[in-house]
Amino acid sequence: MTHQSAGMLGIGIVIFAGLLLTLLTLLYRRSPIYFRNILAFMRVRRAASLVVEDGTRLHVSIGSANLLTPSAASALAGLALIRHLGEVTSLSDHPPITTTGSATLNLLAQDTLRTAHESVAAEQSFDMGNGRLAGLTPFSYVAGVMPAIRDENISTNVIIGNFGPEVGLLTEAADRQKTPIIAASDSLPAQAVLYATTQEPLIGEELFAAGAYTQAGPGHAASLLAQDVLRWLIILALIGGAILKMFGGFLP
Amino acid sequence: MRRAFPIINAVVAIGAGLIVLIGYFADVRGMMEFRLLLFQWAVIVGGVAVLVGIWNLFSVHLQKIRAKKPGSVYSLVLLFFLLLTLFLLYFPLMLQNLVPMNEGLVSGDPAQANIVNAIILDGIIIPVEVSLMAVLAVTLTVAAIRMLRTRIDLPAIVFLATVFLALLGIGLRSFLGQLPVFSDLARSQFITDILALGGARGILIGVALGTLTTGLRILLGIDRPYGGK
Repeated sequence: MTHQSAGMLGIGIVIFAGLLLTLLTLLYRRSPIYFRNILAFMRVRRAASLVVEDGTRLHVSIGSANLLTPSAASALAGLALIRHLGEVTSLSDHPPITTTGSATLNLLAQDTLRTAHESVAAEQSFDMGNGRLAGLTPFSYVAGVMPAIRDENISTNVIIGNFGPEVGLLTEAADRQKTPIIAASDSLPAQAVLYATTQEPLIGEELFAAGAYTQAGPGHAASLLAQDVLRWLIILALIGGAILKMFGGFLP
Repeated sequence: MRRAFPIINAVVAIGAGLIVLIGYFADVRGMMEFRLLLFQWAVIVGGVAVLVGIWNLFSVHLQKIRAKKPGSVYSLVLLFFLLLTLFLLYFPLMLQNLVPMNEGLVSGDPAQANIVNAIILDGIIIPVEVSLMAVLAVTLTVAAIRMLRTRIDLPAIVFLATVFLALLGIGLRSFLGQLPVFSDLARSQFITDILALGGARGILIGVALGTLTTGLRILLGIDRPYGGK
């Protein structure tokens, strides 16, 4: 496959996925679809409603993704969750705090928190210090997040974004405080670590379902449906490719 | 004007996103140059964001010390070493700019800054991070043992059996040498190329689809991480 034809195929996939997403968003507005239960997201919703009552706070950590790389998508999924949780819990005495391991991501997290406060008319309780840059290298980031888990009266930790295996230290810190942790990462080593260290691990693309499961809007639910449609198309293409390869010897 | 800002933000963000996307796939004249220019701007903004981030780190810990919150001693240590590092790294460079080489008694030699940099990096940061890595190894071992108590289902048993196999077959090879059955099994093509690679590809395809739809949500203006309701 030449560079040009690969480019055309890429554009084709993006346009197709964009049209599919738009169509499904419109369809979803008319007739919502119910997704299977994912225990971790049920916990997030429950935790968000509890913090307002029991005077604790939520901690959302969205990792250290570089915004100029594909790993930024996991951080953007985390930002969507910050927006939703911020809206739900901003009116409490202790608004949520966010920690990041990247300076640009920290600016986005602060802005998302501010917007969430504004959307529920709680601008007065917004504090820039609630969006924190914890560290700029993976381990300094983890070292910076651990005191937040320990000292800030956290009731639930939501850790969603780009992490390496060092995320195991965060789950351990949360475990020591006996606070629940909901964690997901786009990296394979981190997923393996989270599988061993958390009660309800989120594997693979479940990370990107955060928005749809926290009622962030029809666009999020539609994107989840679009992912499913695209996945089935890829499965069909893989099976078709395997069959064609199997019978390739017979073709001219 | 307050209403116009989110719209302008969205138009600029979506426009820039489309230009970068088209520039990535198609070799359109002028598009590549503009795409690179946007990347350069992003890198500059990223650099400034680091300064803002460090100020954020400083102010959060200063606030913690002032309010005498739990763990404020660690904040004090952090701020002390942050300022010390800044001083040690930038003082020689500042001296070089302020005092001409032939006049001053102290030459602000950039090599001196490099030495300090090397000491901080090789003598403090890397050893501390390596020791955290060692702590992580112990933490993961404990977590795997704890998993046996808290969650005994088929996927967990398969997971732990795989860890055990990889550990005996590959991880301990330098200590124990080749273990007849475990080493062969851990390195067998069926496990590495079919089970492990197939599973990893499946997960990565899912992540790639999630990445694609997340990007599209931003290009379509459904998600606006740059602010706006």
